[in-house]
Amino acid sequence: MLGFAFRRLLQAGIVMVTVALIAFSLFRFVGDPVNQMVGMETSVEQRAALRQELGLNDPVLVQFARFVANAARFDFGTSYQFRQPVADLFARRIPATLELSFASAVLALALGIPMGVYAGLKRDSPLSRLFLSLSLVGISLPTFFIGILLIFLFSVTLQWLPSFGRGEIVQVGSWWTTGFLTASGLKALVLPSITLGLYQMTLIMRLIRAEMLEVIRTDYIKFARARGLPDRLVHFRHALKNTLVPVVTITGLQLGSIIAFATITETVFQWPGMGLMFLQAVRNVDIPIMAAYLMLTAFLFVTINFVVDILYYLIDPRLRVDQA
Amino acid sequence: MLNRRLTAAAALAAAIAAVPASAETLKYAYQGTLNQLDPYSLNETFTLSAVGNVYEGLTRRNENLEIEPSLAESWEIVEPNRWRFHLRQGVKFHNGNDFTAEDVVFSATRLRSEGSDLAKRLGTDVEVVAVDDHTVDFVLPGPNPILHHEWDTWYIMDKEWTEGNGAVRVTSASDTSSNFAAFNTNGTGPFKLVSHEPGVKTVFEKNPDWWDTTRHNIDRVEFTPIASDATRVAALLSGELDMVYPVPVQDIRRVEDNSGTRALTGPELRTIFLGLDQRRDELLYSDVKGRNPFKDVRVRKAFYQAIDIEAIKSRVMRNMAEPTALLIAPLLFERADEFQRFPYDPQASRALLAEAGYPDGFSVTMDCPNDRYVNDEAICQAVAAMLARVGVKVALNAQPKAQYFARILPSGGYDTSFYMLGWTPGSLDGWNVIDNLLTCRDDAGKGGAFNLGGYCNDKVDALAAEILSENDPARRDALIAEAFRITHEEIAHLPLHQQSLAWGVSDRLTVAQRADDQFLFRFVTKN
Repeated sequence: MLGFAFRRLLQAGIVMVTVALIAFSLFRFVGDPVNQMVGMETSVEQRAALRQELGLNDPVLVQFARFVANAARFDFGTSYQFRQPVADLFARRIPATLELSFASAVLALALGIPMGVYAGLKRDSPLSRLFLSLSLVGISLPTFFIGILLIFLFSVTLQWLPSFGRGEIVQVGSWWTTGFLTASGLKALVLPSITLGLYQMTLIMRLIRAEMLEVIRTDYIKFARARGLPDRLVHFRHALKNTLVPVVTITGLQLGSIIAFATITETVFQWPGMGLMFLQAVRNVDIPIMAAYLMLTAFLFVTINFVVDILYYLIDPRLRVDQA
Repeated sequence: MLNRRLTAAAALAAAIAAVPASAETLKYAYQGTLNQLDPYSLNETFTLSAVGNVYEGLTRRNENLEIEPSLAESWEIVEPNRWRFHLRQGVKFHNGNDFTAEDVVFSATRLRSEGSDLAKRLGTDVEVVAVDDHTVDFVLPGPNPILHHEWDTWYIMDKEWTEGNGAVRVTSASDTSSNFAAFNTNGTGPFKLVSHEPGVKTVFEKNPDWWDTTRHNIDRVEFTPIASDATRVAALLSGELDMVYPVPVQDIRRVEDNSGTRALTGPELRTIFLGLDQRRDELLYSDVKGRNPFKDVRVRKAFYQAIDIEAIKSRVMRNMAEPTALLIAPLLFERADEFQRFPYDPQASRALLAEAGYPDGFSVTMDCPNDRYVNDEAICQAVAAMLARVGVKVALNAQPKAQYFARILPSGGYDTSFYMLGWTPGSLDGWNVIDNLLTCRDDAGKGGAFNLGGYCNDKVDALAAEILSENDPARRDALIAEAFRITHEEIAHLPLHQQSLAWGVSDRLTVAQRADDQFLFRFVTKN
């Protein structure tokens, strides 16, 4: 067991270093950060001095080594545009992203599961067909387009919901801010979480529907029916429960991507989270933020994969064979 | 009796103070972020404009950009080399400190200290002397009639506050940490800072003790950066915001048609132009080898006359542009109407090319930004198509501004043969344009550093030096006109147009739109 975990850990480490290398070398071609930091009239000498101070004149390998060593200590340096430690900036933006991700995950589950169950049980009803065609829209339309569409319908035309921002936020504890406690904060959550959650909802719905169709055909459901159990019990106690295993796995993995790829939704809704900060950083060639974001995302996925691997190992005895 | 009246009046006053009759909040958004608030850190219009609601300079500009007294009540040139500024008395900083000559001297030193991005506002050789508490002299090495032209954005800071908070050092672009002044302010202006979260939100409130009579009726201001064009416009249309800028050209119609909002448009001071590398002996990106076609004025003129500026104006810019023959906005130069564009004439263009030895044209790469100026890439595409008609094959290389400026500016070694640039003179004066864009430079950028094409004429250099120290306005204008005449005839650059400002505002808002794109709350009333 320990050996297995250790090997997986080593692999995770290799992945992280690879990502760091990619991040580092990619960002070297994004543009000259110096031009983004200074005004038009800054003299050539000042610019040169700045390059020197930022260490942009050092050999690439030296710059990379410095980057990795610092990243390991969760020190991603100072943002070029905000001139604050990147770690602090991320800490301040994390609550917004996590709340948005949480809300959209809840939304995706709360709507996706019932819709999937219904579509699985009544596969030929008009409503099921509607769900299916709707889900096709959800999968095929790009996120930013859905966001803009929702803004124009619910903000501009109906004027029900805000088109940008988090609304009023409340400070909870020393560094967490939440929009869950105010009316405007909750209202501000609606459109972005629909936008972000739509794809996941579709995915969950289709998954449940397929699993449901499968399970309904199995013998134990037939026997349950034969025993005269009420439909509700058969559908939810017996059928749904058995469809949930793959759903849970997928949802867990998808949560990672919700958090990591909230970028587009955050940009469309000017949601002040990590994704928005990342895109602002791209515009301004703020390399420390971009690098940190990429590393953080990689870390998130590596961690999730690691946990999943370990869980599978614990669950499935067949995996242990190759180790012996 | 008298006592009771007084009490009643006091109670009433208290009630009014507690619940302002019209607590107006102004909410606005801009496409970029307001990162930090040190007024000397970044020489950028938006930042200076936002901070300019909190801080004030010795002078300021009104809605027509005319210089008027601000923290200085009046000024005079006591000797050709000595300017005397009489400071306004009784002005207090937001923390209650008095504004005195000491603060001006301190601010002058800090302005020119290491790390300041605005050091050029005041020459290093200008001596600043406090004569008494409310008089400051500026001693110059030579006469300079436009000494104070950029001072509306040289904001005066409180010496005691800045020193007391350890913020004397300007947070420079390279600093790895910011000091107190980057996130806190203490100005004399009409608004105070309430909170500031870079990239998210900045809140201001009215300064009830401002020295000037207020024209605005705004009590609170909330600023949000919104980078996405569609979201910014939607937030205005839905009434969540009172003002957004810029409005993309293609959305102006929508803002106009929506009830409750309108688009404010007007000429901007920025001039968009194209430049040609006239310095190298062989172009970096062309099929002409062994010589540089752009050294020949006939080729430059052929390029100029091949451009159908009216087509660019109507098709690409949807009439939101004013074609120009000059590198300075007509608003900033009285004699601008003396200059006419060379007419669009592809026939003449072809003839000129043939005469210069390129009857079949040649090919060249054009560098262009795609996220810096209004429709920048589309303009370049149009120009490339027009040049194709006279036989010049243009390979267009459009890039985001980050990469673009990294290549074409001095720091990138002027790595271009044919480029686009926009320029707004910080001093709103012709000398800035001549000095930066038209004087000779070397490869390191000494001289006209932003004269990227390396145009060079000793006569223009001599004129530039003369203009700088000429005190007589009419003579000075004549000298400027002379410099512009030479560079116009020699086609130092290919001027295109003044792009337009486009602000989206709620109908409830009355606001002065300044041609320098500064949005100042003191010009805003909301009803």
